[in-house]
Amino acid sequence: MNRHTGPAPETPDLETGLYTWTGKSRRWLLKQLPPEKLLPEDQPSYVASWAYVFGMGAVAALIFIIGSGVVLSLNGPQWYHVSGLGHFLNSAHLWSVELFFMFMVVHLWLKFWMAAWRGGRVLTWITGMVAFLVSIVTAFTGYLLQTNFDSQWIAFEAKDALNAVGVGAWFNVANLGQVFMWHIMLLPLAVGAVVALHVVLVRAHGVVPPLDAAETDAQLKYPSGSAPENEADQP
Amino acid sequence: MHELLRQAGRAITPGTYFGWGEVTIQSGNLVIIIAMLALFVLALLLPFPGGRSRK
Ligand code: HEM
Repeated sequence: MNRHTGPAPETPDLETGLYTWTGKSRRWLLKQLPPEKLLPEDQPSYVASWAYVFGMGAVAALIFIIGSGVVLSLNGPQWYHVSGLGHFLNSAHLWSVELFFMFMVVHLWLKFWMAAWRGGRVLTWITGMVAFLVSIVTAFTGYLLQTNFDSQWIAFEAKDALNAVGVGAWFNVANLGQVFMWHIMLLPLAVGAVVALHVVLVRAHGVVPPLDAAETDAQLKYPSGSAPENEADQP
Repeated sequence: MHELLRQAGRAITPGTYFGWGEVTIQSGNLVIIIAMLALFVLALLLPFPGGRSRK
């Protein structure tokens, strides 16, 4: 760390962080998430499997949802409920949501069966769960915006449940303007924030090894430097 | 008016349902669940392209 040629100074660079919250935060962040962990160039060999693809599949679908959603909200229902292009974009938005949920559920199953919460990854699992729940509420408000018989039926079934838990006054599904704001502002921001935290946590902890990797994976059996001389000796 | 009623009639068709005793499921939901199960199995079985090219 210390490159000075003369006698070492009393307070090396790192120590300054002790006195200010900016310095403390920087030191904490650099320790938790150094740049080489945030943007790694390669991954262990076991990551070369479809089991690790579905999280990014969900992210990709989410990008399409947000992109099409922005165009829909900028043009408004008088456009997307009437014009051909509007209908197309509305449908693209819906189908991106279908893919988003399919990828998310397959991702959830895969992470469940590989017990991906191992090794201090509890928060990754919890943020994933919260992402799932918030996404369901977001999709629910989206269905309410169809303004057809379906959405009317959904709203009036849901209002009883929401009133029963006591949130009906603040989250009023019969109030279309309010539901619109939840759907295009508050809930997308919440989904985005939770997903961002989820992915950053995956980066910070590194990808979880498969359950049986410790016996079969060269990189886990021989951590860097201790690999056997002969490649053929590796399992 | 007639056009509106015709469209309304189309919008409230309940869809196709499958049922086995107590269990009832709408065709669209069933298709999605089967597709997800298929993706899950394929993700475990299919080899990952280019997976072995790096050491
Ligand atoms: C909004 C939906 C979600 C998105 C966009 C998302 C995204 C991701 C991404 C990109 C990864 C890393 C790559 C991978 O392993 O696939 C990941 C890992 C993970 N996800 Fe999700 N995820 C979502 C929902 C969930 C849900 C619902 C759960 C479970 C309750 C979950 C649990 C996990 C866990 C435990 C990991 C860590 C795996 C590891 O350390 O290797 N995620 N997620």
